[in-house]
Amino acid sequence: MINEKKTNEFVVSKIIFPDKTKIISPIKKERWMLGDILTDAGKIPLIKTVLDKKDNIEHRQIRWNNKKRMNYSVSPGLYGVGNPVKDSPVFVSANYKLSFDILRESLKNFNAWVLVLETKGINVWCAAGKGSFGTKELNYRIKSVALEKIVSHKKIIVPQLGAPGIAAHLVKKETGFKVIYGPVRAADIPKYVENNFIKTEEMKKVTFPVNERMKLVPMELVPALKYVPHIAFVLLILNVFGSAPMLTETLLEIGLLLISIIIGTALTPMLLPYIPFRSFAAKGWILGIVSILPLIYIFEKGFTLVIIYLLLFPPLSSYLALNFTGSSTYTNLSGVVKEMKYSLPLMIVSIVLGIVLKIYILF
Amino acid sequence: MKYRNMKYLKNVTTLKYNSEKCIGCGMCADVCPHSVFIMQGRKSALIDKDACMECGACKKNCPTGAIEVTEGVGCAYAIVMGKLRGTEPSCDCSNDTGCC
Repeated sequence: MINEKKTNEFVVSKIIFPDKTKIISPIKKERWMLGDILTDAGKIPLIKTVLDKKDNIEHRQIRWNNKKRMNYSVSPGLYGVGNPVKDSPVFVSANYKLSFDILRESLKNFNAWVLVLETKGINVWCAAGKGSFGTKELNYRIKSVALEKIVSHKKIIVPQLGAPGIAAHLVKKETGFKVIYGPVRAADIPKYVENNFIKTEEMKKVTFPVNERMKLVPMELVPALKYVPHIAFVLLILNVFGSAPMLTETLLEIGLLLISIIIGTALTPMLLPYIPFRSFAAKGWILGIVSILPLIYIFEKGFTLVIIYLLLFPPLSSYLALNFTGSSTYTNLSGVVKEMKYSLPLMIVSIVLGIVLKIYILF
Repeated sequence: MKYRNMKYLKNVTTLKYNSEKCIGCGMCADVCPHSVFIMQGRKSALIDKDACMECGACKKNCPTGAIEVTEGVGCAYAIVMGKLRGTEPSCDCSNDTGCC
């Protein structure tokens, strides 16, 4: 039974089940919606496939603003693209708006359905790893939108990176729908459709080119910069209240601190494949040493200070580089655990030695 | 330098494959984002074990349980937070860190 209620700004479509009321399609009117299409299971909103200025501004903002990124979502449910009919393909996505936007943009000139799962605003790959983009949610969503009434076929296209959360055989068993894993990147969808829904090797592989690595830099850099004032304050106090006040050293140290952060969060990701060693911690440490040596040389601060700076700063770059494992697309848990086991104690020893030496020459 | 030169630590992955249980459905080769498995005739073959990122996609989609792997996120921050909270390493994207 379908019950529809119209208000000024909302179009509500509901299926009344004996036990509870379920909303089958997103109810809130959004800027990127075009109107509705009537199906056998109620009204489904149609969405635009061209991003507007506001979408593009938002996409830039969420790269820098972590709070905003964590709350960037769309309502889960079913949407239509173009002029979808009963045999149009169904593409599954997460409710992170960036993922959703990239998908709708890739569906330009297509007639298709988009089934958005509730992943709490997290992208497909991360949500699949956490299980929220999972078999249970997919099964629930297929049933709650009454997909079998909307399409005449029994196939759904799930992004390949959703596979860590979805057991295709269990979806088939419970809903009758066959999960087909589509390309890794939504941008490959037009080629994939043209290729009769067959993935090429290229479409299957995750890559990590420099432009993608650089997009992740603000996300690593911004949180790290938050600690700069605190550390700068400690450095200032140490240098001013030591037996011989060293103001220029304070400035140099704050400079080295900033440079070390940039090395760990930006330069290491940028040069990732070119820096020797496989361990991220080692990459950051090496790059930290190589990059600050010339600066220490230029400022000629004497042998002891050079040693202190080499003990204090490269471990910071190393730690931040190690954190980039979370952003990378090819590290594994066992490997990160292994490199942490070796590198974290070394970082701590190095920094503690640096601080002890620094206090020793100050007082 | 091409992406194929981006390789992580050798001999660390927990991935195990029992080819006797394989029924040749091809799902593991289809879902692996690093081409760790390929189909060779009627069986899947483990060809690049060190490229495994332990995402668990192959295990999850193997209908016969021929693949074993301890899945998890290769994220240092998640591991640190897991240790501090005494939980499994989990990429907790709901806080304001850079993870994911």
